[in-house]
Amino acid sequence: MITIRVNNESHQLDVTDDMPLLWVLRDILGLTGTKYGCGVAQCGACTIHIDGIPARACQLPVSLIGDRHITTIEAIGNTKEGARIQAAWLQNQVIQCGYCQSGQIMAATALLRDNPNPTDDDIDDAMSGNICRCGTYVRIREAIHQAANNA
Amino acid sequence: MPKPRDIGAVLNRRAFFQGSLALGGGMLLSGMIPGLPGAQADTGGVFNPNAFIRIDRSGGITLIMRHAEMGQGIYTGIAMLIAEELEVDLEQVVLEAAPADPSRYTDSAAGEEVTGGSASTRDSWLPLRQAGAAARIMLVAAAAARWNVLPKSCAAQHGQIIHVLTGRTLSYGDLAEEAALQKVPEKIILKDPSTFRLIGTSPQRLDTKPKSNGTAIFGMDVRVPGMKIGRIMASPVQGGRLISYDSVAVRAIAGVVDIITLPDVIAVIGDHSWAAIKGLEAANPQWDPGPHAAVSTKILMDDLRRASDRTGLVAKNTGDVDAALAACSHQIDAVYELPFLAHAALEPINTTLHIRPDGADVWVGTQVPVRARQEVANATGLPPEKIAIHNHVIGGGFGRRLDSGSIGQAARLAKQISYPVKLFWTREEDIQQDQFRPFYYDRISAGLNKQRRIAAWKHRTTGSYVTTRWAPEGLQNGLDTDTVDGATETPYAIPAQRNESVQCEPEGLTTLWWRGVGPTHNIFVVEGMIDELAHLAETDPLDFRRSMLGHSPRGLKVLNEAASKSGWGTPLPAGHGRGIALHYSFQTWAATVLEVRVTRDNDIRLIWADTAVDCGPIVFPDAIKAQIQGGLIFGLTMALYNEITVTNGRVDQSNFHDYRMMRINEAPDIRVHLVPDLSADIGGIGEVGTVAAAPALANAIFAATGRRLRRIPFVPQIAGKS
Amino acid sequence: MKYFLLFFAVIMAISARSAQAQTDLIEQGKTLFRAADCAACHLSSDGQTLSGGKAFSLPFGTVYAVNITPDRETGIGAYTDEQWLRMMRTGVDRNERHLYPVMPYTSYTFLNDADTLAIKAYLFTLKPVQAKAPENRLPFPFNQRWVMTFWNWFNNPNRRMTTDPHRTPEWNRGAYLVEALGHCDQCHTPRNFMFGLSGKAYAGTVQVGWRAYNLTSDTEHGLGGWSDSELFEYLSTGYAPHRGPASGPMAEAIKNSLRYLPAEDIRAMIVYLRSIPARSNGPQRGKRVPGASGENEDVGRHIFQQACMGCHLENGAGRQSDWGALEGAHSLSDPAATNIIAVLRTGTSIKTEHGKMAMPSFTKAYTPQELTAISEYLLDHFGGIQAPIKPESFKN
Repeated sequence: MITIRVNNESHQLDVTDDMPLLWVLRDILGLTGTKYGCGVAQCGACTIHIDGIPARACQLPVSLIGDRHITTIEAIGNTKEGARIQAAWLQNQVIQCGYCQSGQIMAATALLRDNPNPTDDDIDDAMSGNICRCGTYVRIREAIHQAANNA
Repeated sequence: MPKPRDIGAVLNRRAFFQGSLALGGGMLLSGMIPGLPGAQADTGGVFNPNAFIRIDRSGGITLIMRHAEMGQGIYTGIAMLIAEELEVDLEQVVLEAAPADPSRYTDSAAGEEVTGGSASTRDSWLPLRQAGAAARIMLVAAAAARWNVLPKSCAAQHGQIIHVLTGRTLSYGDLAEEAALQKVPEKIILKDPSTFRLIGTSPQRLDTKPKSNGTAIFGMDVRVPGMKIGRIMASPVQGGRLISYDSVAVRAIAGVVDIITLPDVIAVIGDHSWAAIKGLEAANPQWDPGPHAAVSTKILMDDLRRASDRTGLVAKNTGDVDAALAACSHQIDAVYELPFLAHAALEPINTTLHIRPDGADVWVGTQVPVRARQEVANATGLPPEKIAIHNHVIGGGFGRRLDSGSIGQAARLAKQISYPVKLFWTREEDIQQDQFRPFYYDRISAGLNKQRRIAAWKHRTTGSYVTTRWAPEGLQNGLDTDTVDGATETPYAIPAQRNESVQCEPEGLTTLWWRGVGPTHNIFVVEGMIDELAHLAETDPLDFRRSMLGHSPRGLKVLNEAASKSGWGTPLPAGHGRGIALHYSFQTWAATVLEVRVTRDNDIRLIWADTAVDCGPIVFPDAIKAQIQGGLIFGLTMALYNEITVTNGRVDQSNFHDYRMMRINEAPDIRVHLVPDLSADIGGIGEVGTVAAAPALANAIFAATGRRLRRIPFVPQIAGKS
Repeated sequence: MKYFLLFFAVIMAISARSAQAQTDLIEQGKTLFRAADCAACHLSSDGQTLSGGKAFSLPFGTVYAVNITPDRETGIGAYTDEQWLRMMRTGVDRNERHLYPVMPYTSYTFLNDADTLAIKAYLFTLKPVQAKAPENRLPFPFNQRWVMTFWNWFNNPNRRMTTDPHRTPEWNRGAYLVEALGHCDQCHTPRNFMFGLSGKAYAGTVQVGWRAYNLTSDTEHGLGGWSDSELFEYLSTGYAPHRGPASGPMAEAIKNSLRYLPAEDIRAMIVYLRSIPARSNGPQRGKRVPGASGENEDVGRHIFQQACMGCHLENGAGRQSDWGALEGAHSLSDPAATNIIAVLRTGTSIKTEHGKMAMPSFTKAYTPQELTAISEYLLDHFGGIQAPIKPESFKN
């Protein structure tokens, strides 16, 4: 049995040590907001927070989590920065197909928490690991700036 | 993709209006998209004036979407069209995906229930406003009857009918039952555009809130009680056969439930995806590669090159092109090449199915629900009407979900088991088993006369005919017009022109439409060649184009707009260059100017882009801008990086480390300028941005470096890799 | 009847004991087989069987790993014990052909009879696979196997290891593991002009495109600066904090061999490694050139952010797991960037108790110039050194 804490809830899991958190979230806990895009940490669609730091759930074995706290897209709106990012995302109509956007929002929230006033370069640095196939990058930049200004 | 036609004449009233008390309501419910604003419980007394609107007694207003939402914003755009005439606010409606039902949801312009060809808004512009207006007229009539007043003394607004004189109101819900008894109106007068309160505005999109908080349910996210999850792997070489696999090793993986196979496919099913993924790895399937084991990119290229020597089907022939060419003072003969491409949508292929002896439910994101249903019927022997297709929002389509073969594959697997199952492809499977945008090999010759104008133009394209497989009835005397779309009708006045098309199918690969279809292919060739000729004529590329646009005022307008907004002609720093491309595709005029910098290390940096667009009447301006921005990035990604290659019958690329996607730190700033001709026919937009990307980039790189690129992708060439 | 039953019981007891002994022998053989890391070379390309086929590009040609499943025709099924001992010690196979010293018989020669035969006993329990290794591709005179006779005079000690009474049993066990079974020197000792092991034992060298690091007690290049616990973690899991992860062939050695060793064996190896005299041999650390940072570095940083940071994090601390931690890795202070180039070219994969940790090759989607830029960025950013890398390093 492995115990993990997700969005302030504890879960006892009967899974193998090597199971990536992604599948625990999606298939066992039913938190399907975290997406499978590539499985090799190249696209960022599965980005979650582990003690507030963005990580790729597809490459994170559940046995490595320990007592660190997982936050997913379903609960990021409960954080100040998460709520601001989500609002800015809607206001700027960033989202197209939306499949990558959970990961984008998680990455952007972490950026804003670390750096309340990111420059374009800071945004590029923090967001380059997240692929958007619809090409919403121009608006992601705008939305992050807006969320920062609305602090 | 089916070619969009003018929609004016195609409205089929009888098929369209099916005013009835809602016997179909229960069936319509099956198309609900979990996670998006859902359907209300159907308790009878429902006003269901046509296939697109359902109003229940409690006031729930449901709009039924016959087009798939895959990011293009069509759910919002179409809801705006209906809501405009129905006189409801967007906040008042819930949306529901249409089921597979050709009798109700055939897009009459396209000829089937399909989303593609940048046609959704065009095909809905008139009929769906009429659907809303018809419902409104019936609601007004019902209220007038209740009050015993004249219908014209009543007005509809915000989901209510108001008796103007007395100020009495009745909500649509109050009127649902009586409205259903009203006669479907014979004559529908649409609102005057000057009174539009939704069309032309940019409301909050209706699909995006659930996409911002993880609650939207894509096909991949479907969870059905009792569902297991399986990973599919097909023979890595098309036409190969599964010889053996290690079932003992598979069964040793915790959580594995079943192994099911087809002659060329293996799927391992588990309690969760991880068991399925590990189980399939443990299976270590062995394949007989079959007849295409020797296929390589080089062989396919040689085939194309040879085929391109043949005379093709003539798609256009004006003037005596050979004589005109012979008379030219200057001439360019060129070969342009465009590689095979994967769609690489971020949501990999997946289908969830529950196949029972008496029927089936299928949860999937598809651009072609009726084809999807037929695939399942063919696989299971079930009658189509016993199969419910629950369509879902799609994590990127770009043409990929126009094919339903993966749904048939899933059905052939799922019919072997009794429980519901989600069957998915890994990213690797999604790229390697994709149906690829064809390789095109284009020979083109053009010449200038003494006045340095284009006098002759001869263009022969060679490549796969997707239409032959996808819609053979769409061939025109054997010609797949998609292969010459954008090539035959250029914006420019060219006195002698011949276009030919040669079909050459790649061995061992299946081809499919890809964002921008024919124009993405042909505009690269045409606009690249126009730039080459401008250079040959020692004329500024903008002026050269302008000089040939006498009969294309809308073309001239977008060209001038893009040029002036981009500061065309103003000096640039060393290493920078601007490229321009103009095109008319999907009934929309667009011009793009792109500025790039090429560093001393031959690194290509995209600085910014300006696109001017005239797509006729505008429904949702912000969505148009978003589609141009995203479409351009989609096309630039391809132009810089993408190419699917084959070795020993297998696709070499497998994931994003070897099939590269543009990232935010490479993306240019993109400004979109709308210069609509509101009196024109409405144009499409979803693919317009993609079309201009490669030619604008090639022309910009030429301006920056003097190097002419006629082959995609550019980065390996600029870097001197190949 | 009574006698008969007694007789029967005795027979049963004897056969049970011998069956038990046989099981023990096979189990011991499996342990030794892992410690000797035979799989490193003989595993088939799909990783499923020991049917060989792996190509070794050597300075004098290409040699292929043979099938060591007990198939009589294409594998080792026809070997007698005697033939087996001779092959493992002198490199002469049962058909009197000389093996090439890619097969580390110059190390296995130190193994005692019992251990050598236990390995055979284990291999004979595997499912026979019929698979003939491709013919070696060697030019004259290297294709003349008899030449190896002379080579062996100089390079094969051909003797069993004896216990050194002046050393602890732990040291002796470590020596047996490192020298005989683990054949660590085959990668970590520079080779002489004959492709034999030179006298610079464990001084580190480049093999098949990867740098095998200096294992001597030298503090700068070798293990002198490593603590016992760092070495223990690294050898048993493939990662030690601030030392980076094992990759390439070392990751495979850990995957197939070292992670199965009992803790006391790992500790014994450390004791032995500590006794190897220091040799200051290794890549000369490059120097930081102030202000030399150019446009290429910018490209490197950009690409690192896109394609690498998802696993490694900007500060190299590793995002999802320790095996993605670059910080402190040997490879980052090698101005030749040998292992950075190797890992970008071929990728790497390691098996851990938390599952497989893998990095793919990046040469298909990124140009040699871009990969050069990443490499230079890594050296500068993490190693604090500036060294020009040649784009040709990434061309095949």
